[in-house]
Amino acid sequence: MAQARLSRFNVASLTFGLAFLYLPIVILVIYSFNASRLVTVWGGWSLRWYREFFNDPAMIEAAWMSVRVGAISATLASLLGTLAAVALSRGEAFRGRTLFSGMLYAPLVMPEVITGLSLLLLFVAINAERGFWTVVVAHTTLTMCFVAVVVQSRLGSLDRSLEEAAMDLGCDPVRAFLLVTLPLIIPSIAAGWMLAFTLSLDDLVIASFTTGPGSATLPIRIYSEVRLGVKPEINAICTLVIALIAVVIVVASLVSKLSSARGESAAPL
Amino acid sequence: MSARRIFARQIFAGPARFAAIAPYVWMVLFFLVPFVFVLKISLSQTAIAQPPYAPVFDVAAGFGALKEAFAALSLENFRLLVSDNLYVLSYLRSLVVALVSTVILLLIGYPIAYGMARLPKRWQPVAMMLVIVPFWTSFLIRIYAWINILQHDGLLNQILMALHIVSQPVVWLSTDGAMYLGIVYSYLPFMILPLYATLAKMDSSLEEAAADLGAAPHDVFWLVTFPLSLSGVGAGVLLCFIPIVGEFVIPDLLAGSDSLMIGQTLWLEFFMNKDWPVASATAIVLLAVLVVPLLLYDRLQRRQLEAR
Repeated sequence: MAQARLSRFNVASLTFGLAFLYLPIVILVIYSFNASRLVTVWGGWSLRWYREFFNDPAMIEAAWMSVRVGAISATLASLLGTLAAVALSRGEAFRGRTLFSGMLYAPLVMPEVITGLSLLLLFVAINAERGFWTVVVAHTTLTMCFVAVVVQSRLGSLDRSLEEAAMDLGCDPVRAFLLVTLPLIIPSIAAGWMLAFTLSLDDLVIASFTTGPGSATLPIRIYSEVRLGVKPEINAICTLVIALIAVVIVVASLVSKLSSARGESAAPL
Repeated sequence: MSARRIFARQIFAGPARFAAIAPYVWMVLFFLVPFVFVLKISLSQTAIAQPPYAPVFDVAAGFGALKEAFAALSLENFRLLVSDNLYVLSYLRSLVVALVSTVILLLIGYPIAYGMARLPKRWQPVAMMLVIVPFWTSFLIRIYAWINILQHDGLLNQILMALHIVSQPVVWLSTDGAMYLGIVYSYLPFMILPLYATLAKMDSSLEEAAADLGAAPHDVFWLVTFPLSLSGVGAGVLLCFIPIVGEFVIPDLLAGSDSLMIGQTLWLEFFMNKDWPVASATAIVLLAVLVVPLLLYDRLQRRQLEAR
């Protein structure tokens, strides 16, 4: 469709769409640099609220917990999700394959309240101490499905004759996978890791259900502050999170550009 | 495909299926089994204890205890859900909100996705990137951004008053309008991305052929483009509708508290009333409501990822 000329309507809807998506975020970021305590009165540029955040031990602790949960669960999710994607797109039929793919696709759209509640009831039933590790397990379960979809769509667009050639030349299947397939899908596994990390960093609902007293993640703390109203410090924290996510996305897109240069189409997400 | 190739593929496929073992076990343990607990607790009595439900299923006590546990199960909580207006109304409200939001999302998202697909090829990745960034940014933060704008002395009221459009600040927060705005804002990327994926892949010569044969632009769109994009429409609609039905954060922060969506009711039962059995029953009914769209979504995903 690239040849068709943009109509005025196309330009208008694109402009509207992007403005709608970005204006609120831009406003939030600008007000995080506001010197005034009143969020809506402009008091000049200042880094005051960032200092406030860095001097707030509870917030720092929550942020640190979120980063650790995100890193560990994203790593586990990348491992499990990649294995699942390989089995689904390369493996022969096995018993329970339909159930398997169903279990992988359902969490992508499942309302978070259901996932959170069900995991909590499991943790209570097996008497697991709720806190850091239960949140890690919960986030791994959710995000490995996203990794699986990303990697699976990459495997689908990969030229299979490469693996076949390796085996023709004497590689056993495991070596063919490790030496040929894996290097080709590494960029999408990395992109999957980053998606998993940001999903974990963002999650409020599932973490609220599965965490224990005394171990709040950053979204849980932000949520309890937001309920009390707008505070400039929250704007500063949100801006930092947005900046972190933006860095992650830029890296992810560079990585997937690398992958599309090597193979065919890159998965958008 | 040569016999040799098929052979190579089969050799590869043998070990590949063993890759499923670890993720399979993980998903059974942490996705499937938990639902058994939800179902079980939804059938038990509320108790003032920690954890707040009875009876507790005790595997060690053997078969006798199992039988006893089954005998103690009751449909009490489900009876409550059906008889109490609060629950029925919040299910209905969730469905209505999800339906209305999805329609608005489609109406707004389609033109944007269409515009993206018509951009010159080298601009398309940039445009997609711009849509993905908010998609990766936290829901909570994006809702908070709107609270900044919509609050009593927020930017919107300041602008409206400066322009003398209104003389007094308008109440925007805690209204259904704010909630719909928040939902549409948050889910827009989920609608745009699958639509764009379908529209970008579409063979433009089909549209050109229709135009060459004398179809007006309007007819080209409705007779060729739109019908060909239906799979993207389906994906976008399901990707938005299903999670919106169970949405908690957006109605909690933006809508008023006089009528609740089912996600909020579940949250309140769980965290405020500490009534785990009723919360579980609420989740089971919510799941039952969503079974059909979930199955449709599963089929769509499977077709998309595995048909190649």
